[in-house]
Amino acid sequence: MSGARGSGTALLLFPAILFVALLFVYPFGYGLFTSLTGADGGFTLGNYARFFSTPREVRTIWTTLGIALPVTLLAVGLAVPLAYHMRRGIAGERIISFFLIVPVTLGTVLVSEGMLSFMGPNGWLNQLLMALGLVSKPVQFTHNYAGVAISVGLQGFPYAFLMLLGYVSGIDPDLEKASQMLGATKWQTFWKILFPLMVPGIAIAFCLNFVMAFSVYPSAVLLGQPSGPQRVIALAAYQMAFEKFNFNAASAIAMIMAAIELLVIAAVLAWRNGMYRGASIVGKG
Amino acid sequence: MKDFRRISVRHLTKSYGDKTAVDDFSLELGEGEFVTFLGPSGCGKSTALNCITGLVPISSGELWIDGELLDDGKRSVPPERREFGMVFQNYALFPHLTVKENVAFGLKLRKLSRAEVDRRVADAVRLVHLDGYERKFPSQMSGGEQQRVAIARCIVLEPRLLLLDEPLSNLDAKLRIELRYELKALHERLKVTTIYVTHDQTEALALSDRIVVLRLGRIQQIGTPEAIYSDPANPFVADFVGFKNAWRGEIAALAEAGERLRLELETRAGRLEAELAYPAGDPRRAGLVEAFERGSPVVTAVRPEDISLVPSGAGRNSLRCTARLVEYQGHSCQVSAGLEAEGAGAPGDSPERVDLRTAACVAAGESFTARVEPGKVLVFPLGEAAR
Repeated sequence: MSGARGSGTALLLFPAILFVALLFVYPFGYGLFTSLTGADGGFTLGNYARFFSTPREVRTIWTTLGIALPVTLLAVGLAVPLAYHMRRGIAGERIISFFLIVPVTLGTVLVSEGMLSFMGPNGWLNQLLMALGLVSKPVQFTHNYAGVAISVGLQGFPYAFLMLLGYVSGIDPDLEKASQMLGATKWQTFWKILFPLMVPGIAIAFCLNFVMAFSVYPSAVLLGQPSGPQRVIALAAYQMAFEKFNFNAASAIAMIMAAIELLVIAAVLAWRNGMYRGASIVGKG
Repeated sequence: MKDFRRISVRHLTKSYGDKTAVDDFSLELGEGEFVTFLGPSGCGKSTALNCITGLVPISSGELWIDGELLDDGKRSVPPERREFGMVFQNYALFPHLTVKENVAFGLKLRKLSRAEVDRRVADAVRLVHLDGYERKFPSQMSGGEQQRVAIARCIVLEPRLLLLDEPLSNLDAKLRIELRYELKALHERLKVTTIYVTHDQTEALALSDRIVVLRLGRIQQIGTPEAIYSDPANPFVADFVGFKNAWRGEIAALAEAGERLRLELETRAGRLEAELAYPAGDPRRAGLVEAFERGSPVVTAVRPEDISLVPSGAGRNSLRCTARLVEYQGHSCQVSAGLEAEGAGAPGDSPERVDLRTAACVAAGESFTARVEPGKVLVFPLGEAAR
């Protein structure tokens, strides 16, 4: 009886497993296999060796990390206090949420195009800044690091914010009251109670944001200098595949991207576990 | 615990827009007293409690401890500096902290030495019989155990005032009684001044030195459990502490006999005699005399257990009834009966209901005669407040 029900339940998982297998496991396995294949069709580590022995290619790792890590930290770092502030709802919450979600729905390319004209040397933003007398000549917001970072941040922040808002508004409001009644100030309550309880949400938000930011491609092409300082790793993989037509080497770069992302995720999850266990000694900052 | 003589709540009012949740609430608490706010949901009892903690800002009124003004609606000592302890209905334990860390939370904020924190935590945990649970997380404990942790977390700080907001209402019936005993024992031992909020009259009667009955944000009566139970101030309080049989009527005749007031009532349940022990000068006596003179309506209140089955035959204060619903309750039966009014149609047609509790059960549909003891009938003038 229970055995029959057990296999019935397992059957329900089948479509999901099939989906994951077709869309994830197979391409990943194929990519791994391709990356380990040489031009002659035999097994080789040469694709990886060549990547790591070419400074121009290795530099893309640091370039991409240099965009993804600070932007993700900033996006999550801003999302935490904002979500905390809005946990019980505030006036104009719907408007704020609307404007946060719009960039996500419009897509990277449209937002980047918009930024090019809005933030360009003759764009409204610079005209406003100069009219206010804050700057004397236009500030360079596009075709550089700032442009890419702002674009990636705009795309990632709403996810981090919405996820953390869900987390923090799910925390029982009586916990805050209890903490206060025990003598804790608002600040102490935040750091000793709310923040530790938000850590799992922060970790997930950070991971998702980081993965999105690390695979940055359209923003870097449209708003950065893709041949120079903003030559990100996704771009290196693209050029390898579609300009040099070396799919094996491109797969190797994709595998390296995946490995770096997994490393960062592992580090974040390790941090979360450390925080959540020994949470009574939460650091202040 | 901490030295003080008196907590005074004066004319506390809390409104939300044009809605008044707590209206002109005044109460004096003596050191070590156990006071319960009793009332149905929405009566303002929890709001009153939260106003006293400072978690909810008051609209007007004052809160004093001896000569120290804690709140007057303009200047307000924040909750974290009032040195009050609060136990929540849903326990509100910090889920990421162990029992020991939960109990130590407030002590650590006070920057006490580690040895002192450990000693006081151990004492508090022992006091609520949770020795050996120190390393557990709240999610690994039952509701009753969690509530004990919540209590320990408060009393370890030796609060000036302990506030409990329906602390037992999330527990099952058996556990509720158990923990009620423990609360009582704990209060006997520590003598910490306590305000307890509940909608359960049994809890209020069992625990309290005094009970404050609330309705629609207004205090209905303040008194000892005995006074509230046997001498409710109005039909609402009577209903809330278990009186039933609210029959409307008028006073047909009134006789003042020394300490007693004898009434002949013409009610919807028929002619009834009532004898009330209201001495001369008692405002309740004056109220009834006034109702008699004006011919204004009154309403009765009789406890189900004060109505007894008698052998058939009409007599003074006897009612012919037909049992409609009979609930077996072990030591007695709760009977809800319809009145066979004289000249009325089929038995049980009458809208007036008689509730009684009797040791000898009757069957549903059975007719019987019930007698109401004249000395057990309460009579209230029907003022605006009670309508």
